[in-house]
Amino acid sequence: MSSVDHETQHAPSAESGPPGYYEIMEIAVRELLIEKKLIGAAEIRHQLEVLDSRSPALGARIVARAWVDPAFRTRLLARGRHTCEQEFGISFYDDTDLIVLENTDRMHNLIVCTLCSCYPRPVLGLPPDWFKLKPYRARAVREPRAVLAEFGTLIPEHVEVRVHDSTAMVRYMVLPRRPEGTDHYTEEQLAALVTRDTMIGVVEASTQRSNA
Amino acid sequence: MDKASQGAASIVFATGEQPLFRAGDRVRVRAHMPIGHYRVPLYLRGKIGVVESVITPAGIDNEQEGFGHNAGSRRHYYRIAVPLTEIWSASAASVPANSPVTAVHDRLYIEVFENWLERPA
Repeated sequence: MSSVDHETQHAPSAESGPPGYYEIMEIAVRELLIEKKLIGAAEIRHQLEVLDSRSPALGARIVARAWVDPAFRTRLLARGRHTCEQEFGISFYDDTDLIVLENTDRMHNLIVCTLCSCYPRPVLGLPPDWFKLKPYRARAVREPRAVLAEFGTLIPEHVEVRVHDSTAMVRYMVLPRRPEGTDHYTEEQLAALVTRDTMIGVVEASTQRSNA
Repeated sequence: MDKASQGAASIVFATGEQPLFRAGDRVRVRAHMPIGHYRVPLYLRGKIGVVESVITPAGIDNEQEGFGHNAGSRRHYYRIAVPLTEIWSASAASVPANSPVTAVHDRLYIEVFENWLERPA
C-alpha cells in the first residue's frame, strides 16, 4: 500500500497535522517512565505484540465453534471469559470480564462504550475508529435503530434491541445469528462469515459478501 | 447443599460483605455529580432500572483506584437493565409504531457499582 493510500484511508482519525495535546502528554509520560527505569522500551514493544496478536479472527473462531457445538455455546454464554481462557487459550491481559450476548430472532444486541472506547480487545483486537468517535458513542444509546439502519441493519419492530454500554470491568462480544443455508459449512467456512462488525452487533452475519 | 451454605445461618457477615441488591430489584442510579472522571455515564444518573444479575466476584472499585484513593477495595457490582424510554424521558405512548429511532421494549444494559445505586421510593 502506498503512503498516499494510507493517508486517504485514515484521513479523519489521525496521522495528519501536528500531534495533539494528549498525544504529546502520552509521549512525555512514556519517555519519563523509561528514563526513570520504571518500564523499559522492550516492555512497551512486548505489549504492542500482545495487542497485535489479537484480532477479529479470534472472535470469529469462537463464534463458529458456538454455531456448531451447542454445549460450547452454553458454556460461552454462561461464562464468557472463563470459556475463552479454558477452551481457546485466550488470555485476558487487561483483567476485564467478558459477557457474550446471543442475538436471536427476538433480540438484537449492540455494543458501545459511551465513556471512552472499552472494547473486548483480548478477543477482537483494537476497536475500529468509528467505535471510538463521539457520533457513534452518543447515538448508539439514544437512537440505536437509526444507527443500525445506517449500517444497513433493519431490526423488525417486535425484536428487542439491547444496547450494552461497557464501562468499568465488563466487556461484551455479540454472538451473531448463524446465517440461513450454512448447514453444510465447515467450522472454518463459518468463521469466515463472522466479521468484526457482526461481533459488535452493527450488522448481522451473512453469506453475501458486502462491498463496503 | 455445600458446606458454605449449611453454615450460613450462624454466620454474621461484615458490613458490605453481602450485596445489597439482588436480581429483580428495582434500583435508581444515584444522581451524584462529583467532579472528575467517573464510570457512570451522565445520561443514566437518576434513572430507574432493574438488577439483571450480581456480578461475582465483587470488583475493585476502579473509580477510587483511578484517583489513587483506597486502591484495592472491592465493591459489589451489578448488571442492570434500563428501558430506553426511561432514559430519554419519553413516555412509552409517545414512541410511534415502527419508530426509526427506538422501540418501547428496547433497553440499555450496563454494570454499575453498588455505591451508585439506591432503592427508589
